[in-house]
Amino acid sequence: MTNRITRGRTFAAIAAVGALSVTLAACSSGTTATTESAAAAAPAASEAAAPAATVAVSLITKDSTNPFFVAMQEGAKAAAAAAGVELTVGSGKEEGDDAGQIALIENAIAQGQAGILITPMSVNVNEAIKKARDAGLYVIALDTPTDPPDVVDITFATDNCLAGEAIGQWTAGKLNGAKAIIARLVIFNDRMVSVDYCRDNGFLKGLGVDIVDPTIMGDEALTGKYTTGAGGDYEIVCLEATGANEEGGRKGMETCLSKNPDINVVYTINEPTAFGADAALKAAGKTVGKDVFVVSVDGGLAGVEAVKAGSIQATSQQYPLRMASLGVEAIKAIADGGAPPANTSANGQFFDTGVTLCTEDPQDTVTSAPQENAQYCIDNAWG
Amino acid sequence: MSNPDSGTIDLAEEFLGRRTPMQRIQVTLHRYPYLSPLIVLIVAIAIFALINPRFILPGNLSFITQQTVVIGTLAIAQTLIILTAGIDLSIGAIMVFGQMVMANLAITAASNAANFGLPPWLAITIGICASILAGAINGFLIVKLSLPPFIVTLGTLSVFTALTLILFKARTIQGPEMPDLLKVMGVAIKIGSFQLMVGVIVMLVLFAVFTYVLRMTSWGTHIYAVGDDPQAAELSGISTKRVLFSVYVVAGFITGIGAWIYIGRTGAASPNADPSINLDTITAVVIGGTSLFGGRGTLIGTLLGAFIVVVVENGLALAGLDQAYRVLAIGILVIAAVALDQWIRKVRA
Repeated sequence: MTNRITRGRTFAAIAAVGALSVTLAACSSGTTATTESAAAAAPAASEAAAPAATVAVSLITKDSTNPFFVAMQEGAKAAAAAAGVELTVGSGKEEGDDAGQIALIENAIAQGQAGILITPMSVNVNEAIKKARDAGLYVIALDTPTDPPDVVDITFATDNCLAGEAIGQWTAGKLNGAKAIIARLVIFNDRMVSVDYCRDNGFLKGLGVDIVDPTIMGDEALTGKYTTGAGGDYEIVCLEATGANEEGGRKGMETCLSKNPDINVVYTINEPTAFGADAALKAAGKTVGKDVFVVSVDGGLAGVEAVKAGSIQATSQQYPLRMASLGVEAIKAIADGGAPPANTSANGQFFDTGVTLCTEDPQDTVTSAPQENAQYCIDNAWG
Repeated sequence: MSNPDSGTIDLAEEFLGRRTPMQRIQVTLHRYPYLSPLIVLIVAIAIFALINPRFILPGNLSFITQQTVVIGTLAIAQTLIILTAGIDLSIGAIMVFGQMVMANLAITAASNAANFGLPPWLAITIGICASILAGAINGFLIVKLSLPPFIVTLGTLSVFTALTLILFKARTIQGPEMPDLLKVMGVAIKIGSFQLMVGVIVMLVLFAVFTYVLRMTSWGTHIYAVGDDPQAAELSGISTKRVLFSVYVVAGFITGIGAWIYIGRTGAASPNADPSINLDTITAVVIGGTSLFGGRGTLIGTLLGAFIVVVVENGLALAGLDQAYRVLAIGILVIAAVALDQWIRKVRA
């Protein structure tokens, strides 16, 4: 039918699409300064001294749609505008797009930039990061540490393990000795990604379950005793991959409910997943907050509003805007001859940007993070 | 052949039985393209029910129908296009675009990029129109510029995805922000412990309507004719260009309805919704026995194909297997379906 097309025409079409996407990329990297970063504004005293060459920095996130990464982009843009840094913003196309991130790292090297802020997709981007550091770029991992962590110069992150522990401890306090029948909604169940296993195993650890290997999900006993708070029996019903979005959360929760309709604890990797789980639970006639507790990690605006509304009982809030703005400022400072930042986390492996447990029902069992009510978290939320 | 029911198989010849049993199977499958997916679906359900009896509980069956609703609806559009020997790689991007238009026009949140706050019915109508327009753009590029559908929709996949991100600032609209009419497709009607989603009813109505259209109207017959042999169709007086263009427009309309259903299904409108849906629809169509070479296939087959994809995923999950095994199983099914299609097509040689 339409295969009368000539080769030249095909090429022209591809070229046109290519040109368009370049234009679009250019549009999307335009700066939209927000005032929020003023709170996080830090040193960078040398900004007044107009530098001979502008310091250029790349921010490479996992995708450009997750409000978490959008917040990072906002934080970076505001900090870059304030410090006179030339910022390039890019991301993978979706969760799992290693190749997209590698190309962006290579672009940063080719442009001779001063540094890269990256939320690494997986170990597959390690080689490209090493190349960048060999070329003299200062690389900061944002939010997600690389594996091993010393692939980058430093990591600015939430302690995801602690964030998970806090919601696990909260759950134990809330159950107060009752049997825990647990659904776990993770990103992947056939691949081990650090943010995924750290939050999930952190949750189990906070609950007081023997997690065996902290870097592997699903290696723990399916039934046994949890020890935090009053302690009691637990049963793990499922470990479902959701892709960390609403549809995946709903589908995963439905599968779990099919396996065991008596689930009373739902761990979710993030709040969009929790919304999907909440929809499935409500459709199944459950009263969330009474029959079943939904816990999560992230602290996006919609997420903490859901804590207030009661569809999520506890979530650990993190601060992506701060990670990115501090990252831009750090690279600018180093480029201007300053000292690199030092690790501040409990285990000394990264720069901890902090976490808060958001809940309307604080529990004495929570020791891994400060507890605040939903309104506090709404006032401090990203996204 | 220009219609699935008036095949080239001489009934008398078949009656004489001058065929090996294998040939008879081949001929039967050729006459009824939905027979192979039907057998696969029944066998799959039987096996999964044996492995885990919870699989056939009404609760799980309602989950399966709910999980089929989006892929099933979009697969109707994909079937129409594939019947013309075309393909639509941008169908998921159009759906996401449509749902973001609907959601953004309907809400008035302060943090929203655009504060329209239109009445929900108007927002939905405009969202469906946006999807129709997107389909029309595909159709225009394919028909007027004579570009192959694969290239056009590969390009518009990126274009529509990017437009969604640019226009709507990549923000997810959460359920509580949206008026109820946008979420009506997700409302469940209880029949005992089985839950029937409104969107599932809409999907089934769409299947019934378009099955009728394909069988009983001249437009439907022309779709098969154009897909089977465009030169012959043109010689017999069919305007192939007009048929092709109209198919992409109608596909846009169905995708727009799919966007509305998707909002109901997830209770949110997210710009990064389900990136695999493009290929999932093609998978459902192919497993459903519709030939990628055009001109042969049925919507009943597609409906069965969509159910097979979901049943396999759900059944393997209940059997305790990881995501990777489910993906593996679907991949094998696709290759088996296309191999079977090739073999069946040889019946004419």
